[in-house]
Amino acid sequence: MNGTAVVVGASVGGVRTAQALRREGWQGRITLVGAESHLPYDKPPLSKQLLAGTWDVPRTRLLDEDAAKRDDIELRLGRPAVGLDPADREVRLADGAALPYGVAVLATGSAARPSPWRPRSGLHLLRGLDDAAALRRDLRRPGPVVVVGGGFIGAEVAAGVRALGKAVTVVDPAPVPMGRVMGEEVGRLFTGLHHRHGTATAFGVGVAEVTGEAGSLEVRLTDGRVLPAATVVVGIGAVPNDAWLRDSGLPVEDGVLCDAACRVIGVEDVYAVGDVARWHHPGHGRRVRVEHWTNAVEQASCAAYNIVHPDTPRDHAPVEYVWSDQYDWKAQIIGRPDTASTHRLIGDPHAVPARFAALYGDDEGRLTGAVLVGWPKATLRIRRMAAQGTAFTTAVEEIGAME
Amino acid sequence: MLGLIADLNACQGYANCVIAAPDTYDIDDDGLVVLLRARIPGEDRARVEEAARSCPVSALTIEER
Ligand SMILES: Cc1cc2nc3c(=O)[nH]c(=O)nc-3n(C[C@H](O)[C@H](O)[C@H](O)COP(=O)(O)OP(=O)(O)OC[C@H]3O[C@@H](n4cnc5c(N)ncnc54)[C@H](O)[C@@H]3O)c2cc1C
Ligand code: SF4
Repeated sequence: MNGTAVVVGASVGGVRTAQALRREGWQGRITLVGAESHLPYDKPPLSKQLLAGTWDVPRTRLLDEDAAKRDDIELRLGRPAVGLDPADREVRLADGAALPYGVAVLATGSAARPSPWRPRSGLHLLRGLDDAAALRRDLRRPGPVVVVGGGFIGAEVAAGVRALGKAVTVVDPAPVPMGRVMGEEVGRLFTGLHHRHGTATAFGVGVAEVTGEAGSLEVRLTDGRVLPAATVVVGIGAVPNDAWLRDSGLPVEDGVLCDAACRVIGVEDVYAVGDVARWHHPGHGRRVRVEHWTNAVEQASCAAYNIVHPDTPRDHAPVEYVWSDQYDWKAQIIGRPDTASTHRLIGDPHAVPARFAALYGDDEGRLTGAVLVGWPKATLRIRRMAAQGTAFTTAVEEIGAME
Repeated sequence: MLGLIADLNACQGYANCVIAAPDTYDIDDDGLVVLLRARIPGEDRARVEEAARSCPVSALTIEER
């Protein structure tokens, strides 16, 4: 296959697709289009090492000019794509340029869900390098921090802010953090983690209003309490960057719809990977969209393989995997704990260092997922078991025996 | 031949590399990557390199020897 491969979106999904295309033997040009003018960088460190100050910006880089040159990848950074025309087979950029493609890969990812609260200043979202820099700058202000959202990013930000020695409160309308993903009992362990590290929580209560400006904000909760804050960070989820495809005729429904082989439905030679792709997962028998780093990497490999070997396409049917570093816990979530009807806790969540696994099973007695902290060997074992469709009881026995 | 280098200070035990190429990478009880072979024949390059690029903290590098 040749012609030009135009990859839109220059973060982990796009970069890994471009690299994998070369590795698979793509002979034609590869153009990597990115909205931001930064060299491609990675997102997970933004709420971890970069916030804590243990990594600098170059360490987050996914691709520099030398590496791009080695793989003959042309970078078109600093201008977003604004449309794709499947009939003329071209991607249009904001500056009016039109890039003809032989194959196009959509990897525009997702954006932080916008804050419904708009104080004059001092409120931050965290998605990109510019957001991270602005937040770090603002955290130099003295005074407490309020984090709205108790999910992965909210919890990581709270941990990072605590490590800087500042007072933090995490607010979330759900009664326990990540309860929808891992259930109330396991979620409550993460509430305890916040408290052990001196972070205050206001769970089960929403935010009514945020007023004021950087340095003197007020977060009014739905139960009437008012939390003063120098800085507010809002981490309430992500939305796919698919609006630029609105006039393309491509099927967009909270993400770009794809088949199991990462091909966008109803068009020729257009693929999608990463946070923006809603694809048919053969293992789950339905369309899913996954906002995890490892999924973007694996889907990039799959799409690149299928582009170069269109006659023998592979399905993308991964076991979900996401990690989150919170305080002294390295949490790993495997598969789909949220679809479970039962779970079992193995190990000791209260030990220091903590080492435990929560295994989840469905009505049919299958292992559907797991949450682990501080137990890499068991994590690896469960990732393999989940891929093989192991019975819940077998998994409980095997992990129990590793204790 | 290709040489394989692991940065044990960077490794966080995520085991993505082990999932992608179990004949080349493993992890020990502390969750540190173990290289099962340090020299990689050319025909395995693509797979081993793909596995290295699946490391979230870029702890694995491959170089020509
Ligand atoms: C702070 C933070 C921490 C995270 N931590 C973890 C973690 O610990 N573990 C984990 O598994 N996952 C984590 N994630 C999620 C993970 O980073 C994402 O799943 C992953 O980045 C998805 O990659 P992607 O390439 O699909 O999309 P993105 O990373 O969203 O990248 C898309 C890129 O496309 C660009 N773009 C958007 N629109 C256009 C356009 N119209 N034209 C051109 N370019 C465009 C954007 O600028 C962006 O650079 C984290 C995310 C964030 C924000
Ligand atoms: S993927 Fe990276 S961090 Fe994970 S075990 Fe392998 S080398 Fe270590």
